[in-house]
Amino acid sequence: MRTVLLRLLGALPALAGVILVTFLLTRVLPGDTASYFAGPTASAESIAQIRAELGLDRPLPEQFFRYVTALAQGHLGMSLTTGQPVLADLTARLPASVELTLAALLLAMGIAIPLGILAAVKQGSWADHLCRIVVTAGVSLPVFFTGLLLVYVFYFILGWSPAPLGRLDAFASAPPTVTGLYLVDSLLAGDMETFRASLAQMALPVATLGLFALAPIARISRGSMLAVLSADFVRTARASGLSPRYVILTYAFRNAMLPVLTTLGMVFSFLLGANVLVEKVFAWPGVGSYAVEALIASDFAPVQGFVLTMAILYVLLNLAIDLLYGLVDPRARMDA
Amino acid sequence: MHRRSLLASALAAPFVPKLAAAQTAAPSRRETLLLVQEYGPNSLDMQGIGSAQPVNGVSVNCYDRLLRFKPVPLPGGDGSTFKIDQLEGELAESWQVASDGMSATFRLREAKFHSGRAVSAKDVKWSLDRAVSIGGFATTQMAAGSLEKAEQFVAVDDRTFRIDFLRRDKMTLPNLAVTIPFVFDSELAQRNGGGDPWAKEWLKNNVAGSGAFRVESWKPGVETIYVRNDDWTSGTLPTLRRVITRDIPSPSTRRALIERGDADISYGLPPKDFKDLIEAGKVKVVGVPVPNALWTVALNAATGPFTDVRLRQAVAWAMPYEKIMQASLFGRGVPMWGATGEATTAWPQPYPYNTDIARARALVQQAAPGGVTTTLIFDAGAATIAEPMAVLIKEALAPIGITVELQKIPGANFRGELNKKTAPMAINRFGGWLDYPDYYFFWNYHGNNSIFNISSYQNPEMDKLIDAARFTADPAEYKRDVEAFVSMAMREVPAIPLAQPLHDVAMQKNIGGYQFLPSREPDFRSLTKG
Repeated sequence: MRTVLLRLLGALPALAGVILVTFLLTRVLPGDTASYFAGPTASAESIAQIRAELGLDRPLPEQFFRYVTALAQGHLGMSLTTGQPVLADLTARLPASVELTLAALLLAMGIAIPLGILAAVKQGSWADHLCRIVVTAGVSLPVFFTGLLLVYVFYFILGWSPAPLGRLDAFASAPPTVTGLYLVDSLLAGDMETFRASLAQMALPVATLGLFALAPIARISRGSMLAVLSADFVRTARASGLSPRYVILTYAFRNAMLPVLTTLGMVFSFLLGANVLVEKVFAWPGVGSYAVEALIASDFAPVQGFVLTMAILYVLLNLAIDLLYGLVDPRARMDA
Repeated sequence: MHRRSLLASALAAPFVPKLAAAQTAAPSRRETLLLVQEYGPNSLDMQGIGSAQPVNGVSVNCYDRLLRFKPVPLPGGDGSTFKIDQLEGELAESWQVASDGMSATFRLREAKFHSGRAVSAKDVKWSLDRAVSIGGFATTQMAAGSLEKAEQFVAVDDRTFRIDFLRRDKMTLPNLAVTIPFVFDSELAQRNGGGDPWAKEWLKNNVAGSGAFRVESWKPGVETIYVRNDDWTSGTLPTLRRVITRDIPSPSTRRALIERGDADISYGLPPKDFKDLIEAGKVKVVGVPVPNALWTVALNAATGPFTDVRLRQAVAWAMPYEKIMQASLFGRGVPMWGATGEATTAWPQPYPYNTDIARARALVQQAAPGGVTTTLIFDAGAATIAEPMAVLIKEALAPIGITVELQKIPGANFRGELNKKTAPMAINRFGGWLDYPDYYFFWNYHGNNSIFNISSYQNPEMDKLIDAARFTADPAEYKRDVEAFVSMAMREVPAIPLAQPLHDVAMQKNIGGYQFLPSREPDFRSLTKG
């Protein structure tokens, strides 16, 4: 418990840094928010009026002070692109991104870890080659390409997949919000129809994102398994006559998990923010595309809110992973 | 309102007899339209500052104006467009311009707001007062029709409303039919305004209108759902009972959705996709030449090499018009080159230039024998069209001694860049809502140097002609002035027109009643699904 608190306290300076840097970066960027939002026939006066309304005519330190004061009260500002408070936008959109990312990560893990282990155990076999092909494909195919290809084949040509209209079909209604994850919420509400519908909507984006996440996980699983398999204690275990299955799963795999966990943490936080292209292709209302749209329009508040949320998530995630380390490997427990 | 009304209905739910719910059957799929677009509204109040293009659609469908544009059938029979001076009453049952031509009196229909309250002249006054005082785009647009001060608007009695004119301006009445001067339920708005006399924050998130549709749900960036207002009396009751608009950012996905038949209407595809869809013939594409709109290359007449009119003409002679039409617009435009006769009062109209490299080279030899190096800027947001255009222009100008460096400017910076007025060349698309040549010229070539006068073109003679045409009541004088300033623009070429864009919309073959409006947003009221 103390460890958790200490770690959280230790993250505060980092967060302060993130706040300052994103503030400065968004102001340094070229682009004029006011003239962008002034509309087609804006006169110089109406641009100035908007600038004043947004407080952009004030000196930078004052703007920063206002921003931090608002932040302390829990206000992340207003988004100009959606016209809503950034906090509301992020809370509405984060579950969509989290659901997509988690599902993709689970799918990737389900394939990549066994594949990695198999490739390491049977080096040079068909499994090893398959692993190599999958990894290369996952890394080299750009996400938007895989996404469009999947849409083309499974929706456009074959018609197996539902229309890529976002999280749910236009005529379906969302389950009552509990967690914001449609799969979970629809199960909680006992609504199997919505569950199936949202699962069907998720299939293609999850596959696209999963393919992308597959590569690093499979690579690391294979590499770290190889290292562990050649370690002395595995040889001892084998020499002691333990069954290969027992040696691999109990001795080797558990020890090989540490680097895999680290990678998983990185892949997760990376996917969460970086699945912009998947969100675009599948009209998925997530945070990534939200932040990018805002950035293109020089809409500062959402960008700052997004970066801050990501920073907080990253801190929490790292903490969770460190705690998991302790569970997987007692040696990694932080008691010093 | 979403939360409040949700709460209210949740509280009321146990008391509503089940029977009532069963009687009003849910709209069937045949009465429901699914429209996919790149992005949806960022506000529900088109008068508000910072409202994006799709908010015009909320204004059209959820609010009423005094007047609206009368549908003018399109040549192919695929729907209707408008003519700027053909108006009909919306909230106004009838209207009359005074014999001195300095005021107009409107008799209001017996219409009801969504709240159930009757529309009265004082609501109209409050709404128009708001439009001229709120600032930003709304106030600028009102001023374009000489609607500038709250004192101009008079609620004579409950159902009689008068507008006093500042000057005789042919644009005043048409400007009442655009998406800015729509009528709010002023009592409801003021009650919820929370101290703000114009209830800006509340109206941004709530509709308080009398229009044919209400907003049932609005999730910015995801979807907007409209339901029909069954009590609408300001026009023929729409046949659609429910319209779902979904924001689908990827154009490829929007195209797949319309081709597979899952979406009824798809807005805003790249021209190549529209061309392909037309050729494939599975869906209907309605293309309307956007009135008063042009793709142009503006040449800076105030600074840089193009202050010399010979160099501007040289560029006009070197422009690869046909290639641009094919490779950038994929034929989805109206040619604006190769005119042979004199200037007319039509606008836009072709300029008397062709691709004639020899002539262009000769002009460059005269003006700048050593050649010129310059830059061309374009908006990254319009890059699907503007980028190939820019590349073709660069290629075409190289052989005549003009070296062009291309600069792609991100959307947010482009306006700022135009405002600086330093770019020697810029690709831009301008469209004026009020379809008059003098209106186009006022924004683009007048000495008041608006942001759209990208060339910073200053010519007192031109100003005199534009101002004269703008306010004259004499048709002969109007014709003379317009022809004079158009031929002046042809000679002086502060901007070279490339093409008049087509506004294309893809829809299933069973969709009818398409209505094109100056704001280019879909009008759900006339759409039908057979």
